Amino acid sequence: MPEWLANPALVIMAGGLLAAVCPRAWLGALAVALPALGLTLLWQLPLGTYAPVTLFQLELATIRIDGLSRIWATIFHIAGGLAGLYAWHVRDRVQHAAALIYAGAAIGAVLAADLVTLFIYWELTAIASVFLIWARGTARAYRVGMRYLVIQVVSGLLLMAGAIIHYRATGSLAFNQLGLEVPGGWLIFLAFGIKCAFPLLHNWLQDAYPEATVTGTVVLSVFTTKLAVYALARGFAGEEILITIGAAMTAFPIFFAVIENDLRRVLAYSLNNQLGFMVVGIGIGTEMALNGAAAHAFAHILYKALLFMSMGAVLYRVGTIKASELGGLYKSMPLTAVFCIIGAMSISAFPLFSGFVTKSMILTAAAVEHHWVAWLVLLFASAGVLDHSGIKVPFFSFFHHDVGHRVPEAPWNMLAAMGITALLCIAIGVYPAPLYAILPFAVDYAPYTTAHVITQLQLLLFAALAFTTLFRRGWYPPEIPALNLDSDWVYRRLAPLLLTRVRGIADRWGDALSELASGAGRRGLALTRRVYQPDGVLAKPWGTGVMTLWVAVLLAAYLLFYFG
Amino acid sequence: MSKQSSTGWLERASTVNGIVYALWGLCALLIAAEFVYHKHPYFGFDGWFGFYALAGFGAYCVIVFSAKGLRRLLARDEDYYGEDGDA
Repeated sequence: MPEWLANPALVIMAGGLLAAVCPRAWLGALAVALPALGLTLLWQLPLGTYAPVTLFQLELATIRIDGLSRIWATIFHIAGGLAGLYAWHVRDRVQHAAALIYAGAAIGAVLAADLVTLFIYWELTAIASVFLIWARGTARAYRVGMRYLVIQVVSGLLLMAGAIIHYRATGSLAFNQLGLEVPGGWLIFLAFGIKCAFPLLHNWLQDAYPEATVTGTVVLSVFTTKLAVYALARGFAGEEILITIGAAMTAFPIFFAVIENDLRRVLAYSLNNQLGFMVVGIGIGTEMALNGAAAHAFAHILYKALLFMSMGAVLYRVGTIKASELGGLYKSMPLTAVFCIIGAMSISAFPLFSGFVTKSMILTAAAVEHHWVAWLVLLFASAGVLDHSGIKVPFFSFFHHDVGHRVPEAPWNMLAAMGITALLCIAIGVYPAPLYAILPFAVDYAPYTTAHVITQLQLLLFAALAFTTLFRRGWYPPEIPALNLDSDWVYRRLAPLLLTRVRGIADRWGDALSELASGAGRRGLALTRRVYQPDGVLAKPWGTGVMTLWVAVLLAAYLLFYFG
Repeated sequence: MSKQSSTGWLERASTVNGIVYALWGLCALLIAAEFVYHKHPYFGFDGWFGFYALAGFGAYCVIVFSAKGLRRLLARDEDYYGEDGDA
């Protein structure tokens, strides 16, 4: 068997194709078994860069296993399998096939050692994932999906353009540390930045993720953005600008999350905020910071998937996920409520939960490198996380005031997926050693110091105290149905408005313009006819001498322009 | 719907008050802890008495109080973009 075929990405994508044709009863089992198979294969693969493929005379290296790619591929497999279990009951072939191909492509991109392979998988994640949005089957989902697809594909095109410029200037396609200074560096950085939801490039995320299917949103939350974080860690570690970008990313989504009514959209803003922590870690670029970014990505994928799963279960049972229409669900869905709270405590970084042992690595790395402004922003953002993900999401869905929804608990497979994910969140928090052992660099960090536990509890519990105080005084903003403007306003409202204006002007000037154009066209056509007709200048037989003369003239003109 | 609405144990005023008082108690303990544990401040200001407690409480208030102004600036009708034509 050729080396390149033993790639977990290809195994999972082949399974995705199988899902498109196999009996529907197999779908759930496939969605769980394939990531499990892929994970087994991944850990059989030796360290190193190999599996060469020649494509259009380009030497590609399709598999690279090292500390960085392995931890990312590992968590992608685990989360893919858990999302598969969560979607066990779904009988829609399209969703299962799309989820598996998407997961496989994301894993392939993480394992890619050259920019062409990365580009191919990068675009494949975009194309496969949009079906998870379209599967919702509404006209709105269709339009959202189109917007999402265009932005994702543009990211891929920027990556391709950057890769071409880089290749022509350096002769290398290797995907290693690039930096902004290399030829094509900025284009590649921008491509990664779009997928990573940098500020002002972020709004595709909050636009699209909440519009996908119940199970699709869980899958989406895992791969695209974390693939971009991986790509940044691989190509742009230590770029100082990432500290500023990441800090801004942790802070601004908080303000949108607090006023947002759609709880899956709240989680999408929260996802954006969590990416910021990782981006700061990559920008700091020390071994501890990169370890922190990798560990936080690992923990984040799990608790974020868990939160999306719990809100998906609510949407699945109740039929809405608007905070203004929810409340009191702990009576109907007690297990889902418990799992949601475990996800909320993990993302808030309470001691004994996963966020506590990973996020603090990034904050400590920032402190050790004396980035005090970034550190303060991250601290502020940590309190913000407690608000939107720690309190708002569980409180307004499961508690607050009972609006009278009486629904069954989530289906067994959703509960199982949430239960296992919740268990992993606690396991990482209680016993982080196995996670630390697979980080890219050796870990020299102890999360459970007295000072860390006390200061973190002070931060979180006093923030919670602020919540209870403000809420009981009626100062906490009520949940109201509304749409909040964000940067998508530029392309959803401003751009169409400008286009309409331009079209209006064009209409007014149109007649005159077309008159002018058609007049010129007629004259041009007549001239061409005159020149090429049987007795025209260009149709006459020409002597060799005349031809040589013209060639000489052209050559002279060429040389003149070239060296002149 | 109202006929289905029963007051659960978590909605009783006594339970809610209990939770809030417990939180106050925990916070008081955490402030008391300031006198006993050994600090390792990175910058200096993070070693101030009750720095993290104040940061948590203050940040939370800033975020909540920003909401009112932000809503005035950003909130629109749910069908602002005219894409809600389907259910």
